[in-house]
Amino acid sequence: MKMKKLVSMALTAAMAVSIVSAAAYADGTFYIGAIGPLTGAAANYGTAVVNGAQIAVDEINAAGGIGGAQIEYKGEDDELDNEKSVNAYNTLKDWGMQILVGPTTSGCSIAVSEKTKADNMFQLTPSGSAQDCTAYDNVFRVCFSDPNQGMASAKYIGEHGLATKVGVIYDSSDVYSSGIEATFEAEAANQGIEIAVKEAFTADSNVDFSSQLQKCADAGVELIFLPIYYTQAGTILTQAMMMGLQTQWFGCDGLDGMLDMDNFDKSLAEGVMLLTPFAADAEDELTQNFVAAYKAAYDVTPNQFAADAYDAVYTIKAAAEKAGITPDMSVSDICEALKTAMTEITVEGLTGTITWTADGEPDKDPKAVVIQDGAYVSMQ
Amino acid sequence: MNFKQMTKTSRDNLGTIAMLVVAFAVVQALRAGGFVNSHMDGMLVPLCVYATMAVSLNLVVGILGELSLGHAGFMCVGAFSSAFFSKCFEQSMGTFPRFLIAILIGGLVAGVLGFLIGIPVLRLNGDYLAIVTLAFGEIIKNLVNVLYVGRDAAGLHISMRDQAALGLAEDGEMIINGPQGITGTPFNSTFTVGFVILLVSTIVVLNLVNSREGRAIMSIRDNRIAAGSLGIPVTRYKMFAFTLSAVIAGCAGALYAHNLSSLIATPARFGYNMSILFLVFVVLGGIGSTRGAIIAAIILTLLPEVLRFMADYRMLIYAVVLIVMMIVNWNPKSRAFIKAHSPKKWFGRGKEDR
Amino acid sequence: MVSFLNYFINGLSLGSIYAIIAIGYTMVYGIAKMLNFAHGDIIMVGAYIAFSVITTAKLPAAVGVLAAICGCMLLGITIEKIAYKPLRHAGSSLAVLITAIGVSYFLQNVALLIFSSNPKMFTPIIPMSMMTIQLGSFRIQTISLVSIAVGVVLVLLLQLFINKTRPGQAMLACAQDRGAASLMGISVNGTISLTFAIGSAMAGIAGVLLCSAYPTLSPYTGAMPGIKAFVAAVFGGIGSIPGAMIGGLLLGIIEILSKTYISSQLSDAIVFAVLIVVLLVRPTGIMGKVVQEKV
Repeated sequence: MKMKKLVSMALTAAMAVSIVSAAAYADGTFYIGAIGPLTGAAANYGTAVVNGAQIAVDEINAAGGIGGAQIEYKGEDDELDNEKSVNAYNTLKDWGMQILVGPTTSGCSIAVSEKTKADNMFQLTPSGSAQDCTAYDNVFRVCFSDPNQGMASAKYIGEHGLATKVGVIYDSSDVYSSGIEATFEAEAANQGIEIAVKEAFTADSNVDFSSQLQKCADAGVELIFLPIYYTQAGTILTQAMMMGLQTQWFGCDGLDGMLDMDNFDKSLAEGVMLLTPFAADAEDELTQNFVAAYKAAYDVTPNQFAADAYDAVYTIKAAAEKAGITPDMSVSDICEALKTAMTEITVEGLTGTITWTADGEPDKDPKAVVIQDGAYVSMQ
Repeated sequence: MNFKQMTKTSRDNLGTIAMLVVAFAVVQALRAGGFVNSHMDGMLVPLCVYATMAVSLNLVVGILGELSLGHAGFMCVGAFSSAFFSKCFEQSMGTFPRFLIAILIGGLVAGVLGFLIGIPVLRLNGDYLAIVTLAFGEIIKNLVNVLYVGRDAAGLHISMRDQAALGLAEDGEMIINGPQGITGTPFNSTFTVGFVILLVSTIVVLNLVNSREGRAIMSIRDNRIAAGSLGIPVTRYKMFAFTLSAVIAGCAGALYAHNLSSLIATPARFGYNMSILFLVFVVLGGIGSTRGAIIAAIILTLLPEVLRFMADYRMLIYAVVLIVMMIVNWNPKSRAFIKAHSPKKWFGRGKEDR
Repeated sequence: MVSFLNYFINGLSLGSIYAIIAIGYTMVYGIAKMLNFAHGDIIMVGAYIAFSVITTAKLPAAVGVLAAICGCMLLGITIEKIAYKPLRHAGSSLAVLITAIGVSYFLQNVALLIFSSNPKMFTPIIPMSMMTIQLGSFRIQTISLVSIAVGVVLVLLLQLFINKTRPGQAMLACAQDRGAASLMGISVNGTISLTFAIGSAMAGIAGVLLCSAYPTLSPYTGAMPGIKAFVAAVFGGIGSIPGAMIGGLLLGIIEILSKTYISSQLSDAIVFAVLIVVLLVRPTGIMGKVVQEKV
């Protein structure tokens, strides 16, 4: 019993310390925070966001900051949980955050947007793709929305005559995957695409995909649509290879990162098509510099999460300079100024040339790429 | 009744309730004085949720003596049913009665489910009972994830397949959208509401323990066969305790749902991981002690948040602290050591040994 | 019919992996009387060890498997000594279960810090050219045949070991009554260490087989198969080694067939529903012994 009291006293003391240290200072720097899952099953996505934003912040600071003001930056863990994400947001608020880059995932983004709305804090989510993420006017996003991606995928397959009979394998326990699947299905009907097989997996059974693949094989589909993240794609492609399943593969931006998994056999991905706004092996200088800096700092090739976060920070810089905000303005004033500026700027980012509408949606072109010899090749 | 004339348990229970009330008063005073930062302020409702869950599970594990690994499922049902109600009647009812009914609905639906699940589950014993509760918890989570409910002028549409199968009219509104869950639940949970739910649950459970029924339940825990042979209706009491526990969990779920605008049945949130976390509260709190369970819930909920400054090492340290706390609290030798060196001894007879 | 057999074989493949994990689970339970929730994470550690040896250090697959087995064995013994042994006389079996969960978090987070969250693709221990065997119109993955064979051999070896050798008999004695066993001169500590060593070594084997069949390896790879194997062990009657084998195979087949013929969205629910029905009909699992409870 005594031990518990000691522990509770220690915790109370820690709480007291955190209360005292919780003052925001107006010291001529911008405080930007990021949120994403840094532990747990989705940690690779959140880590990419937090690290991608860090690269952008370092570059901007080295180049003189935003309108002469340096950026102070911090990333917090939300473990892919809505409640923890709100905790992370509150922690950052106590730290003095003025602008939020995040959260990484849709559910967390929606939960946090309720808080940023109440505080009138500007929120730019790099990768919160569900429709409801940008329900409030202070929330913008960098990535495509889920409906947008599902629609674009179906259109691309239809217009390019890739297939008329397709199979879909998606994660029915995931917001991103099921969101894309729903609109893909709706648009496929308009494009004259028959969805012969629609099979799901869940976070609790994402080890084996043989039955989903076997169904696609039995139905004789010409193409399998994978609106999922790359983590599972490696196993799916390996199993398809072992089954001797020959088909076309089509995915969304979630598949980006597959080629850079440690020890991934790139020949498995030969011919996989995906709609992604970002390609780590693109020739342009911006991408090359980013990839080099990211590799030097974190020893892995960045994926589109990192690129979205990088673009998010540069977007904030562009909007901030357009609006002429300064670090000593209140959170709410910064938000109001940025909200207006967002619709007036054009950002040349890693993920394309982006403009925004007032409802928070980015306007940029999806790039279709096909994997050939272990590298992305643009398709038209 | 005079304080001194009260039995030891009554005094102990009063102490637990006093602890809660004092903690509430102190926190409210600190908040009024502006001493609480947003981080801790935002933690207050979750703390009440987890403490209530600890009270609920302690009733099954500590007092009834059966291991349940599916309590997150009851919380899930309470959360979704109450949020569903609130979404449906947000416009047509005042906030206070609507939220009150939502909490009751959360508790009621979870209670009915607890009763139904209890019928088969409570026939089993030990680890087999645990695994069946785990199975029910997972089934609940899985079913909620494929539930699509929408509303339009024609009324409610329900499907277990997908959104398109609802055939919703253009102006229709999705209420439960499969894996995307419920979005936009009104933000009604406050610290006061959370505290009231926690306090009521605690009082109910403490009173139960001291009643005739409670003694019957504990006799089942200590020896089921002996209790049965004394004419105690074992199954009925087991059902009663299990159902009551589910009701409390459902209320905690309602509190949780109205604290966030996005309610999703993710594995980490309503899966067996969460059920096990609740079990950690109960065991660390000393199995059977409601007060201990509440304290453990608060410590273990605050710990990862307080450790945020450790950055990458946060969850590692959390794991180490958990292991160390378990060993210190439960190892017979360290228990004897703590007892022998307890500061209570220095104060002589001032306090009696518990 | 042909496709049914294909699905059945797929189920057998998945089930064979569950079975191997379940054998280790059930063995530790039978002797140490604890649900070792960290077992799934030991599998993950085994897979990372094998990955480091085979892919990073470019050593032969056999060395990798051996390293995984030895590494897991040491890890198992260490965990038991540090985290479980102090709680052996704690008065409640729940205390050690919670510590096991702490160990599980610990292993996951250590792996996260060392290997990062980005998944790695495991190199199968079977050469690419021999990955599948064509039998008429069926294709069978070699790795599933290997898993089933390894599973059967392990069950037989363990049965022999337990029934025919002195340390094995000591295990049985400890499982029956620790106090009486120690009075008979059996070293209870040594026996429990041995149990953890064997159980963890099997987790190492399971890790290699799991990742050879399903190559995505991350710090959380072991968690879900671990809990599924726990379910499989209960299916078969927890504590019974042949039961774990049968339970694992059944679980895999039920999972795949329910995905195929009922609903891929609801397969988790169906698997658990079957488990509940089995336990209601046979409350101690398929091969579990019914122990008459006395007052």
